[in-house]
Amino acid sequence: MRYPPMLGPATAGARAGTDAAEDERTSHSRGSWLLALALSLALVLGLSITTPAAAQDSTPDDDAAAMTLLEALDVDSFPTKGEAIDAIVHSDDSRARDWLQALLDGRLQRAGDGRFVVVLDNTGRDWPVQDALSGEPLGQMSRRELDRIGINNALRNQLRSAIAVVDLYAADVGLRRASAERLLGEVDSDLAGPLAEVIEEEPDARVRERLVQALAIYRLEQGELQAIDDLRGSLHPRVRVALARAASGTVESRAANGDDPIVADAAREALNSIEQMLKLNRAAETLYFGLSLGSVLVLAAIGLAITFGVMGVINMAHGELIMLGAYTTWAMQQLLPGQPGLALILAIPAGFLVAALAGIAIERGVIQFLKGRPLETLLATFGISLILQQLVRTGISPLNRTVITPEWMSGSIAVNDALSLTLNRMYVLGFALVVFAVLMLIMRRTRLGLEVRAVTQNRAMARSMGIRATRVDIMTFALGSGVAGLAGVALSQLTNVGPNLGQNYIIDSFMVVVFGGVGNLWGTLVAGLSLGVINQVLEPWAGAVMAKIIVLVFIILFIQKRPRGLFPQKGRAAEG
Amino acid sequence: MNASRRIMPFPLRTLSSPLRCGAAALISAVALGAASQALAQEDPIKVGILHSLSGTMAISESTLKDTVEMLIAQQNEQGGLLGRQLEAVVVDPASNWPLFAERARELLEQHQVDVVFGNWTSVSRKAVLPVFEELNGLLFYPVQYEGEESSENVFYTGAAPNQQAIPAVDYLINEMGIERFALLGTDYVYPRTTNRILEAYLKEEHGVADDDIMINYTPFGHSDWQNIVAEVRRFGSEGKPTAVVSTINGDANVPFYRELGNQGVDAGDIPVIAFSVGEQELTGVDTAPLVGHLAAWNYFMSVDTDANYDFIDAWIEWTGDEEAVTNDPMEAHYIGFNMWAEAVRKAGTTDPDAIKDAIIGVVVPNLSGSYAAMMPNHHITKPVLIGEIQDNGQFDIVWQTPSTVAGDAWSDYLPGSRDLMADWQAPMRCGNFNVATGRCGGSTAAEEAEAALAE
Repeated sequence: MRYPPMLGPATAGARAGTDAAEDERTSHSRGSWLLALALSLALVLGLSITTPAAAQDSTPDDDAAAMTLLEALDVDSFPTKGEAIDAIVHSDDSRARDWLQALLDGRLQRAGDGRFVVVLDNTGRDWPVQDALSGEPLGQMSRRELDRIGINNALRNQLRSAIAVVDLYAADVGLRRASAERLLGEVDSDLAGPLAEVIEEEPDARVRERLVQALAIYRLEQGELQAIDDLRGSLHPRVRVALARAASGTVESRAANGDDPIVADAAREALNSIEQMLKLNRAAETLYFGLSLGSVLVLAAIGLAITFGVMGVINMAHGELIMLGAYTTWAMQQLLPGQPGLALILAIPAGFLVAALAGIAIERGVIQFLKGRPLETLLATFGISLILQQLVRTGISPLNRTVITPEWMSGSIAVNDALSLTLNRMYVLGFALVVFAVLMLIMRRTRLGLEVRAVTQNRAMARSMGIRATRVDIMTFALGSGVAGLAGVALSQLTNVGPNLGQNYIIDSFMVVVFGGVGNLWGTLVAGLSLGVINQVLEPWAGAVMAKIIVLVFIILFIQKRPRGLFPQKGRAAEG
Repeated sequence: MNASRRIMPFPLRTLSSPLRCGAAALISAVALGAASQALAQEDPIKVGILHSLSGTMAISESTLKDTVEMLIAQQNEQGGLLGRQLEAVVVDPASNWPLFAERARELLEQHQVDVVFGNWTSVSRKAVLPVFEELNGLLFYPVQYEGEESSENVFYTGAAPNQQAIPAVDYLINEMGIERFALLGTDYVYPRTTNRILEAYLKEEHGVADDDIMINYTPFGHSDWQNIVAEVRRFGSEGKPTAVVSTINGDANVPFYRELGNQGVDAGDIPVIAFSVGEQELTGVDTAPLVGHLAAWNYFMSVDTDANYDFIDAWIEWTGDEEAVTNDPMEAHYIGFNMWAEAVRKAGTTDPDAIKDAIIGVVVPNLSGSYAAMMPNHHITKPVLIGEIQDNGQFDIVWQTPSTVAGDAWSDYLPGSRDLMADWQAPMRCGNFNVATGRCGGSTAAEEAEAALAE
């Protein structure tokens, strides 16, 4: 074993002394020597960039030796594979990191003729590959010819840790940040020494802070009281785990080992203050969850607030108009392969148009003949909803369609270590508010809005004033339907795009509109958001099923008390 | 067939008149019977398919209908069975549980089908049980289920809990060192029974404490997973290695996995092992953030055998869709269909009672390189595979049982079912024989159907 200079065999002695502590953190002792080995690779790769002299020293890559290294991976047993990975980490081969990354991604495979290849794209049945040793492209190969070098979660963790140690020396600050993040709770005696040196030289404050915490967790595990100062106030789950371990029931075992009970007390005290902060975070998180669920409800319901609330048409096919919007998103992504983000943005006007046209067809084809007959309208539109569902089922597929979430919408923004807000829901929340604001503007500030209000308040009077009531009906219904289409575009990012999409939202939509007060857009907004928050507050202690039931019961009681909802319409409009 | 042909050209004219009359009547009766028999034998063998083609379950069940149709077409290319062609009779129970019973009756009474392949949800199976028992039909049920049932007329080609759930948690404990378990499920009979078995198993066999088991149920099609995923994250950040055991069904999985990905729950920190997520469910998901999460099945599309590649090629050709995926219930139908065909060949008839006797002990190859045998309790032997999700929506098999596991109809971990066993061979012929009292419980299909439909 060839240790890099700063990891000399002396550390082996230090390690023996910490064996007792090692036993307690079995989950983290993923082969401390592996990290040492990974570090040697880090030095070979990392230093070869920084010091040209080292680069000249390194021997040219030996393909025969590389083949032996890779062949050792082609075994069934995962522990044996783990040893083979160590061997690769330990080798001086400059392609080692690429191999490790390919192995981690499941793209390192063996062809029928025994060559090792890296798969470049593993969709479909024939995959483009390149030679793992020479890097030459080898064209397409069929799945049948290729045998994948499989890994499991344990090996994946091992590989990630190895790559993280290598990346600690990378020039790219992003890689270093990810690496520091990864090393939290993974530091052992072999890494502790070099890590202290890395911290001193690290220019980036965020990386430095993380590494200090990572080192402090290790020091705490060694029973060092001062380490707690470095950890105090951190909300990171791994820090909490480390503190909980230091504070928890292992006090007796620690005392038996000659550990300091003062450390346990200090850890407990640090933990308590962290728990206080976490409570606040949790409240903020629940509020965000509630608003985000509420925004979905608002989006789904706001189209209905126009067709049902303003026009008084009970449109059971509203859910299917949402579905059409979602399928439009899917269709746009099919038309623009490789550009899911652009397709999504274009789907906003397209989804509006498709749903609006479908709405016009429904209005002209069915609803106009059933004016003033709510029961028949209900039945007819329910029939339309079933027809639309089955059309999609037979015309496209009964299976759900994949709508890709663009890069800029996936993941989350970390507010702090404990609170992160998921991006896709934040976009949907923003989108819902924008749609609401635009609708408000249309209803309050445009000619169409004025006419809509006039026709709904007094149809005969509006007509005699020269307003073409039929045209207004069509426009209003198209607007409500189009907004449903917009909801579909947004929902395609949160839920399944399938024939049943609409069914899941139709009840909720009516609930929100009725609760908010029929004919009142503000009511819909407030009702949707508050129902969302109520639901999410109830959910942790009542369970998802009970929370839904409680909300329904609450609405029933509320409607008993106030039949016209939260914001009842006043004046003459209320009598219409 | 030969016998009937020989009777026909009987020399009638050589007999005297009165005798001729009587003989003619007799012979014509015989000939009529024989002729109708001969006619019947030229008739195709009817195979009923009872899968929803509309409604919520269409997403899962419609591919199974296509699978059976493909298997029938393949069998016909090879000359059918007993010299007769097979014919599919497809009905659509429309994801409506009581309608399943009506459609089953229609298949058995009106269409006179010889065998039925069908059902997905447990409640739909419970609904058709009394119909199959009353009309003595044969049903092949291809989906993993909660066990606690063995009917004379049903063959369970999907996994019982001991062929999926129990080996899966064994894997979590022995290979991954998991100590805390979050059992998440959809709120209906399969997840509830499975979780009850798992809870008892974890506590009794592995000494897992109450605090280390979290159970949560969600409605069908649940789409807002923010709170539950956040809760799991907290549950998993208290020091002990934690895993999620998911019996979440169908559609709800897509938003669930999406939320996991968005909240950054990584398989390295909190792995999720699922019992209802196959290749088909993953077609609606971007799997890149899910790499390493697990599923336990008895078949994966990624199984590396020639039989499987042939099956996949045939399936892609049949559907005409390059992206078509295969999954575990499809393999169960493949096995069930071949078992039934083998039993028909063995019995020389499609008569249900003859098939019931002939099929026990029938062994056919499965798609993962081993063999499936029909056990006396109407369950089959299956290998248990654990797969990790890959970024291409496929599973990479990381572990499998050394040999196949025989399905156990009655769980050993539930108080009521511990002493029960099923054996449909003579002389026992009982689906719920109580070893302690030495008595057979008899069929409770009607009550069970009523209870299931009342829920």
